[in-house]
Amino acid sequence: MNTNSNTYTIAYASIMVVVVAFLLAFVSSALKPTQDKNVELDKKKQILAALNIRDLAGTEAVEQKYDEVVNADMIINAKGDTLNAGADKDMAGFRVETKDINAESLPLYVCKVGDEVKYVVPVSGRGLWGGLWGYVALDADCKTVFGAYFSHESETAGLGALLAEQKFQDLFKGKQVFADSAAASVALTIVKKGQVKHPEYEVDGLTGATLTTNGAAAMVNEGLQSYIGFFQTVNK
Amino acid sequence: MSKLFSKENQEVFTGPLNLNNPVAVQVLGICSALAVTSQLEPSIVMGLSVTVITAFANVIISLLRKTIPNRIRIIVQLVVVATLVTLVSQILKAFAYDVSVQLSVYVGLIITNCILMGRLEAFAMQNGPWASFLDGIGSGLGYAWILVAVGFVRELLGAGTLLGFRIIPESFYVENGGCYVNNGMMTMPAMALIIVGCIIWAHRAYNDRKAK
Repeated sequence: MNTNSNTYTIAYASIMVVVVAFLLAFVSSALKPTQDKNVELDKKKQILAALNIRDLAGTEAVEQKYDEVVNADMIINAKGDTLNAGADKDMAGFRVETKDINAESLPLYVCKVGDEVKYVVPVSGRGLWGGLWGYVALDADCKTVFGAYFSHESETAGLGALLAEQKFQDLFKGKQVFADSAAASVALTIVKKGQVKHPEYEVDGLTGATLTTNGAAAMVNEGLQSYIGFFQTVNK
Repeated sequence: MSKLFSKENQEVFTGPLNLNNPVAVQVLGICSALAVTSQLEPSIVMGLSVTVITAFANVIISLLRKTIPNRIRIIVQLVVVATLVTLVSQILKAFAYDVSVQLSVYVGLIITNCILMGRLEAFAMQNGPWASFLDGIGSGLGYAWILVAVGFVRELLGAGTLLGFRIIPESFYVENGGCYVNNGMMTMPAMALIIVGCIIWAHRAYNDRKAK
């Protein structure tokens, strides 16, 4: 058979494309439910990590702990009004995707660690190469950080990627959200490594990753800022 | 069995590990060698992923080699590689989610790795599936050991750790009263190029002496 003829080449290419397309489509749709479940489980793990509950072994343990700790996933707006109380565990707040978060739809997780109420707030932004996201857990008065979790899409391994390490996230513990008692705007931020002037609300940045650090600082600061309406209602 | 591991097949496998190393001799796959080697762990993961994908892409192309139309052979090779990588990434997402999160950055880099295309075009198009499989494994491992060597040096000198474990004690550092600082240059990609250069130099010097 002449494998160099035009007809053969075109037929070969067409068949190859059809076979590959079917194969990929089939695999993708067959694995979709399993993948979605993994993504959901991962999100639960991240929320728990923000509450300093890490290293849970196995799916069961995560699900159980999440049900125990997270009491409600509310949806609120920028003014602090509750749009969906989420107390019946319909997971409406949980299902709000990062890209759909805006002033009219802000998910807020009301949690209980031990006997203390904690609020977990999702934040997102842009790093050097791609998206950043994370969760910040606050004490009941919404003025002190209880814990934080961050992750990233594709920051540089060994530099910006250190953002996702517990060592960096632990620096946030106990930081103040506001610079003064007026609590009008969020002061919590990340500064260049070694240039912390106000240790109450400034966190040491990552070495050799200025752009990732800047992105993370904007993410945390602006992310919390959009919940300012809620923080003020809490403190009224 | 003896035919499977004949002298030629052994050479096919061991060649890329040393005398015909894809990075040190053929100078392929340098870009990913610079990108992922700032720590040891991603270097190992990337090395293994490339080894597996090269081996299987080699086998598939070798099986198809007599049917592939000459004029579109590069396209066919690309399609095979891209399909394989996509399949692997889908399966990992479903069954080993943590690994897939870790690999996310590298999956794209595997498709563009010149070693893959180089081996498909230079070896799998002319040889049988078993020899091609060995060649894929050999080339992948040849690439992997260079990555691991670079990653080892960079993580040790750049961060004082290996695989995340602290090797240089905290008390040696200047901030804790010692006299040691990490070499920040090591975390930059430029330093990876210099280390790869040093490896190529040592490798050539050693093999030249042996040849004489």
